[in-house]
Amino acid sequence: MASGLVRNGAKRFMSTAAAPASSVPAGARSGWWEAVQPAARDPILGVTEAFLADSDPKKVNVGVGAYRNDEGKPVVLECVRKAEQIIAGKQNMEYLPMGGLVKFNDLSVKLAYGDTAPVLEEKRVAAVQTLSGTGACRLFADFQKRFKPDSRIYIPVPTWANHHNIWRDARVEAHTFRYYKPSTRGLDFEGLMEDLKKAPEGSFVLLHACAHNPTGVDPTADQWKEMSQLFKSNGLFPFFDMAYQGFASGDTVRDAQAIRIFMEDGHQLACAQSFAKNMGLYGQRVGCLSVVCDNSQQAVNVKSQLQQIARPMYSNPPLHGAQIVTTVLSDPELKEQWYKEVKVMADRIIGMREALKSNLEKLGSSLPWKHITEQIGMFCYSGLTEDQVDRLTKEFHIYMTRNGRISMAGVTTGNVEYLANAIHEVTK
Amino acid sequence: MESFALKRIAAVASHLTPTAPPPQQQQALSMEATASAAAASVFDHLEQAPEDPILGITVAYNKDPHPGKVNLGVGAYRTEEGKPLILNVVRRAEERLLADRSKNKEYLPITGLADFNKRSAMLILGSDSPAVVEKRLVTAQCLSGTGSLRVGAEFLARHYGVKLVFLPTPTWGNHFKVFMNAGLAVKTYRYYDNKTRGLDYEGMLEDIGAAPSGSVILLHACAHNPTGVDPTPQQWEGIRQAIRNRGHLPFFDSAYQGFASGSLDKDALAVRTFVADGGECFIAQSFAKNMGLYGERVGALSIVSKSSGVATRVESQLKLVIRPMYSNPPIHGASIVALVLGDGDLFSEWTVELKGMADRIISMRHKLYDALRARGTPGDWTHILKQIGMFSFTGLNKEQVQFMTREYRIYMTLDGRISMAGLSLKTVPLLADAIHAAVTGAKA
Repeated sequence: MASGLVRNGAKRFMSTAAAPASSVPAGARSGWWEAVQPAARDPILGVTEAFLADSDPKKVNVGVGAYRNDEGKPVVLECVRKAEQIIAGKQNMEYLPMGGLVKFNDLSVKLAYGDTAPVLEEKRVAAVQTLSGTGACRLFADFQKRFKPDSRIYIPVPTWANHHNIWRDARVEAHTFRYYKPSTRGLDFEGLMEDLKKAPEGSFVLLHACAHNPTGVDPTADQWKEMSQLFKSNGLFPFFDMAYQGFASGDTVRDAQAIRIFMEDGHQLACAQSFAKNMGLYGQRVGCLSVVCDNSQQAVNVKSQLQQIARPMYSNPPLHGAQIVTTVLSDPELKEQWYKEVKVMADRIIGMREALKSNLEKLGSSLPWKHITEQIGMFCYSGLTEDQVDRLTKEFHIYMTRNGRISMAGVTTGNVEYLANAIHEVTK
Repeated sequence: MESFALKRIAAVASHLTPTAPPPQQQQALSMEATASAAAASVFDHLEQAPEDPILGITVAYNKDPHPGKVNLGVGAYRTEEGKPLILNVVRRAEERLLADRSKNKEYLPITGLADFNKRSAMLILGSDSPAVVEKRLVTAQCLSGTGSLRVGAEFLARHYGVKLVFLPTPTWGNHFKVFMNAGLAVKTYRYYDNKTRGLDYEGMLEDIGAAPSGSVILLHACAHNPTGVDPTPQQWEGIRQAIRNRGHLPFFDSAYQGFASGSLDKDALAVRTFVADGGECFIAQSFAKNMGLYGERVGALSIVSKSSGVATRVESQLKLVIRPMYSNPPIHGASIVALVLGDGDLFSEWTVELKGMADRIISMRHKLYDALRARGTPGDWTHILKQIGMFSFTGLNKEQVQFMTREYRIYMTLDGRISMAGLSLKTVPLLADAIHAAVTGAKA
């Protein structure tokens, strides 16, 4: 590592003592950041930090939503490894366009809307590659603020905590609607419809396409249809955050049914897709934002405006992850392999739900636990209180977010009994 | 928009979607016809945004079917054969990463790969920098230079008392929107002198002196984009004093370390002398050019503060900016950089490759200068030799540029900037012919 070679002329400035007073006025010497307060730790990512710092051998991480295999290890999908071999040594690393890899966008929206979706064949979808799901949501939120500055966003209660941060930083006025019903640990459909009926026309509504985070509670097809009708009659804009397509049920088509239902009803919706979980590409930051428009010219316009927002934020999105996804989705064999691997992940989680529930019942817990298997996707909203969660952490070295959300992907045949036992201990 | 704001050239580049590949056999929900009575889109009032003035050049270039076309637009390095270059050390680092099956793709922390952050900071500051030694430094991995600037700007808009940044005239076009979208007001200071095609040093000091105390001053650490005009070490000292005397906050944009002179340390001198005086500063680093990692978006934001206690709090607030923007940065490019910077052999080899790129560019400057002299092209073209880095501010005006594009298929930005990195021995004569024709007003 080259050390700081400094020419003699400048050497006198390299001493650690402050420069002579005449060249640095008093105001500048007090520093500008003294007033900066320490920010609160991120509630989700902070959990993993704490877990890593814990040396107890029995520790369990059911905090952040990243998939683990039955050995508790992160997984790189085989289809991804193969794709990386194909990509290696071939590509240059030139800048992508501001809207990202065109072929990637093309394949992403086909996955979301269906290969032969009319809106795609009519070229009515504006699609840009984004920094995973977060980036897609943020790009849309900034876009919403820019072109519909007086509009509101309606966010379900509860939701992924970062959703609030995103629309707040985009300076969009945020409201909430009821979603989860603690007494049933299921959907509060009446509350949802009541609250959304009060939303003014032109409001945007954030919907989790499948595997709601953090509750795992999804509407049924009929409920989605009713919602779709309400959105139509009341002029509400559906924004789908789809972070778990394929990961929830094991079937990519089934997991997109909410979007397909809304599309059938002619909605012009928008969708944020993430490949973090379903392709295990977390740190590669691969996602896609798509907006359904009236016609192809409008799609061109919208895409160009989205790019205008991306350019002063990061110029153009990262290459590697998008190349992986493109390689997997455009190769029939790799795509088939991907479908299988996604199903394996989804099935393992479903199996762990069953195991956790049966273990709790075996322990004689008097509380209802059927919500564990009724909820879907990576997370289980256990119903545990903050105090109970804190006890789990302090006494049993089990790490989860304080809202009682358990990442089922962190549950294994090796720790499910221990976890059930601990939950029973703090809830009996 | 400032006077040098670029309009895109006449070649229209629409964002064409690709031709759709044949439909795949796949289980799909049968779709009923979409309701034709759907209301018009809520985004019906949108207009198509103009092409990005810089990236739009490449779009137009790609659309041109003429075989002799030359792309001197976007600043990406090209070999003598006109091809993009992946550095050997990058290839080797990638191979190592690929072969290591123990590596996973988990989320990075919000502020990125710690090893990358540490080594990036040391690269620009020097490992014996007081900021490093005294731990008065926060570094966050960001999305290349753009992302580092934007995150820094957002932080300033939230936590800094003076929400005003001064940009040099001219500067990289995207600087304006980066700071404005973050919520800062933007003004300019004189920088480029049209008459001398060099630095307007007096004008620069005057404007810095007149700026409200505590303003943020954006400085190009080396190889000024688009002019290639850098202050001398003596002038940097004068600039440093002017900035510190007014209590301003310097924000360095370092996109060409090693790429300008061929020496990593020499290109970092301006940044290091500022840090050495004990004051605070922001630094945005990019590895797009000097490691050829363009599309992987690798960069870092460093904030040098007065004390290490402050550094911790600053880091926590940076996370609040980043999390709702993209959660955490991409892993691939940063892993490559960390490997190269952390391995003695790879690092040495990198410095050699870097010097190779810088030297080729310097040689292109000489070739172009010689070619213009040989043609007797009117004017003083020594600025091509004096300017440094990837770009040369030729002094050609908009009409001349448009002429060169139309008649000679030379693609470049309307402000007269050419990317020297896009030139080769083969294309220098064509460019010289084009410049000659444009300047003398000769028709093709």
